[in-house]
Amino acid sequence: MRKCSLDSLNAVFAKIAEAAELYLPVNCTDGSAAFSKWEEGKEWSNNLNTVKSPKEFFFPQTEDLVAFKTSGKNIEIIDTRKEREDFVVFGVRACDVKAFEVLDNVFLLKEPYDSYYTNRREHGVIISVACNRPADTCFCKTFGIDPADPQGDISVWKTADSLYWQANTERGAALLEKIADLTEDCDTAAVDAEKEKITKIMSKLPLANLTTEGWGAGKTQELFDSPIWAEMSEACLGCGTCTFVCPTCQCYDIKDFNTGKGVVRFRCWDSCMYSDFTKMSAGQPRLSQKERFRQRFMHKLVYYPENNNGLFSCVGCGRCVAKCPISMNIAKVMKKIGGKENE
Amino acid sequence: MQAITREQLINKAVALLADGTVKYVLGWKKGEFDYDITPAVFETAEELNADFVWNDFCGANFSKYLVAKTRKLDGKILVFLKPCDTYSFNQLLTEHRFDRDKVYAVGIPCNGMADIAKVKEVCGDGISSIATEGDALAVTTIYDDEPVKVAVESVLAERCLNCKSKKHVAYDELMGEDGDTLDSNRFDEVAKLEAMTPDERFAFWQNELSRCIRCNACRDVCPACTCEKCVFDNPTSGVENKAPANSFEEKMFHIIRAFHVAGRCTDCGECSRVCPQNIPLHLLNRKFIKDINEFYGEYQAGAEVGSRAPLVNYTTEDLEPGEVFDRRDTNA
Ligand code: SF4
Ligand code: SF4
Ligand code: SF4
Ligand code: SF4
Ligand code: SF4
Repeated sequence: MRKCSLDSLNAVFAKIAEAAELYLPVNCTDGSAAFSKWEEGKEWSNNLNTVKSPKEFFFPQTEDLVAFKTSGKNIEIIDTRKEREDFVVFGVRACDVKAFEVLDNVFLLKEPYDSYYTNRREHGVIISVACNRPADTCFCKTFGIDPADPQGDISVWKTADSLYWQANTERGAALLEKIADLTEDCDTAAVDAEKEKITKIMSKLPLANLTTEGWGAGKTQELFDSPIWAEMSEACLGCGTCTFVCPTCQCYDIKDFNTGKGVVRFRCWDSCMYSDFTKMSAGQPRLSQKERFRQRFMHKLVYYPENNNGLFSCVGCGRCVAKCPISMNIAKVMKKIGGKENE
Repeated sequence: MQAITREQLINKAVALLADGTVKYVLGWKKGEFDYDITPAVFETAEELNADFVWNDFCGANFSKYLVAKTRKLDGKILVFLKPCDTYSFNQLLTEHRFDRDKVYAVGIPCNGMADIAKVKEVCGDGISSIATEGDALAVTTIYDDEPVKVAVESVLAERCLNCKSKKHVAYDELMGEDGDTLDSNRFDEVAKLEAMTPDERFAFWQNELSRCIRCNACRDVCPACTCEKCVFDNPTSGVENKAPANSFEEKMFHIIRAFHVAGRCTDCGECSRVCPQNIPLHLLNRKFIKDINEFYGEYQAGAEVGSRAPLVNYTTEDLEPGEVFDRRDTNA
C-alpha cells in the first residue's frame, strides 16, 4: 500500500495527468459535483457523489456511430470511430465501480462485442475511493457492495490528512508506479481503522436493513401481476430522471440526425419510462405508465438477475432516490412489493 | 410551520369522503424519509390516517395531475391547493384541460416550502429524521449526536423566497386565512441577466444548461406542458430529440419550451424544483413574464379563468416590433 499527504494531491494529479487524461469529481457552480477533466486549479469535490454517474465514460449519453454523406446518387459511409486515448477516472465510488460490471455483462456479453464500449473500456483506468460519509439515500450494502473496500484498478482511502493507494490490477500497478516518487510505502493500519469506521456508519443508515428478499431470478410470475404496481406508479411523471442518473441503466436508441448534407447515425440513452420506448411497427408494448414503471424495477431486480447469474442491476447508489421529482424509487418498490422482511 | 395541521386536513378529507362530496383525495403521501413525499390518491380514512402528510416538504403542485386523474377516475376528486397551485389550476381550466365538475378544490394557506438540498447544505448528508419545531426544522443525522436546528426561513425553496401570492385564486372551500398577492422580488434576478452583455448572458446559460441531462422532468412536471404529444417526443415533428445531437439542440429544447409556455406559465416554479441539476429554469420563464408585463401591461397567467393572454390577444395598442428592438438596445 502507498500513501501521500492530501497537501501533495495536486502534484499527484498533475503527475497522473502527464501520463493520461485525468477526470475527477469537481464542483459545479450550483454546488453539485460532476466529473470533469483535471487541469491546474481544479479541485476534487467534497461531495459524496456526482449527479451524473461515471458510466458516461464508457457509455456516453450520445455518441456518433457512423455517418453517411450523399453526393448525387452516391452514399458514402464514414466510419466515425476513433481509438480512445488512455484516460484515468479518479474518485469513483464503490457502487459505481460495481455498475461497470453490470454494463460489461451487456456490452461485452459475447462476440461481436460493442466496439464503441470496448474501445473506451480498454483505455480507462478506474481509481475508486472509499466513502467516508455515506448519505441517507445510500443502500449499496443491500447488493453486497462494500463502500469501505471499493474495487477498480486502484482503490483509495482518504483520512484527515492522507490518501492511501492500493493497486488491484496490473493497469493499476502501472499507474501507481508512475506516481511512486510522490507516494511512500505504508502499512494498512490507518486504512483498517477507516474501514471499521465506514462499516459502523453503514449499519446506521436509514436503508441499512433493506434486503433483496422476494426479488431475483424466477420471480416474474409472482411479481408481474402484483396489484401494487398501479399504486406505486400512480404519480410517476414518466420523466426518465431515474434512468438517466442511474449508473446501470443501459438502454439506448439509435437515431439519424439530418445534417442537411448527410446523416449522422447516433445512439443515445433511452428510458423505459418513455412512451416510445421499444416502440415497434405494431405499437408500443407497454401502454400505460404502470407498465413502463414496472419494467424499470422488474428489469433491475428480476430480469437482469435471471440472465446474469443472480446479479442485480441496481447498485444502491441512491441517485434515483435523491432525484425523482415525485420521490418514488426502487427502495420504496423493494419494500412494498418485495419480501416480508422489509416490512 | 404550516398554519393548518395535518390532522385538520385529514379531518376535512375524511368528512368530504364520508358525506359523499368526493370519492378520491389527491394528497401528499409519506415516504421513506421525512422529506421524500409522493403525490398519491387516497380513498379511505384508513389510508389517510396511515400515510397522508402535510409538512414543510409538500412542494408538489397537484394541478397538473387533475388532467389525467379526472379522465381516469370515476368520481369527484378532492384536491388541496396551495396559493401558487391555484394559478396553475385556473390556467389549466382556461385551456380546458380538465373537467371542473369532477374536482372539489380546497385552498390551504402556505408558509413556504423547504428545499431539502438547502437543508443538506447546512446539515450534510445522512439525515435520519426531520421534525418540525415551530419555525425551525430539527434535523437528526447519523453523524451528529444532537439534532441540528435549521430555521425554515433559511432553507426555503427559491420560488417560496419569491412568492408572488398568498392569495388563492380558485377554490370551492378555503381553510384558514387567505392572504394577499405579494410584492415579490422575483424579477430581480432577471434584471441582473438583462444587465449583462450578450456574451456574458450566453456564458451564463451555457454554464447552466451544460448540466442538463435532458431527463424531461421540467417538462413533465410543468402544468403548462399538457400537450397530448410533445413535439420533442413526436418522431414526425422534425424536432424530436430524445437526446440532443449537440449543444445547439440542447439549448433549442429549453428555448422552444420557454416560448411554448410564454404567457401561460404562471411561475409556479415546479420546473426548477424538480430539476436534478439545479438549473434555474424559472429565470427563462420569468424573462418572458417580465417582458409581457412591460410590453402589454401587468398580466398574471392563471389569476382568473378565461382571460385572454396578451400574446394571443391582438389590440391596436400593441407595440410594434421596432419598439421591442429599440428597447432591447437600451437594455443591452
Ligand atoms: S420514477 Fe420518478 S424519476 Fe422515474 S420516471 Fe417516474 S417520476 Fe420520473
Ligand atoms: S436504480 Fe437507483 S439506486 Fe439503483 S443503481 Fe440505479 S440510480 Fe442507483
Ligand atoms: S429497461 Fe429500463 S431499467 Fe432496465 S436498463 Fe433499460 S432503461 Fe434501465
Ligand atoms: S451507495 Fe455505497 S458506495 Fe455508493 S456512494 Fe453510497 S456509500 Fe458509497
Ligand atoms: S429537469 Fe433539468 S436536467 Fe432535466 S431536462 Fe429539464 S433542465 Fe434538463
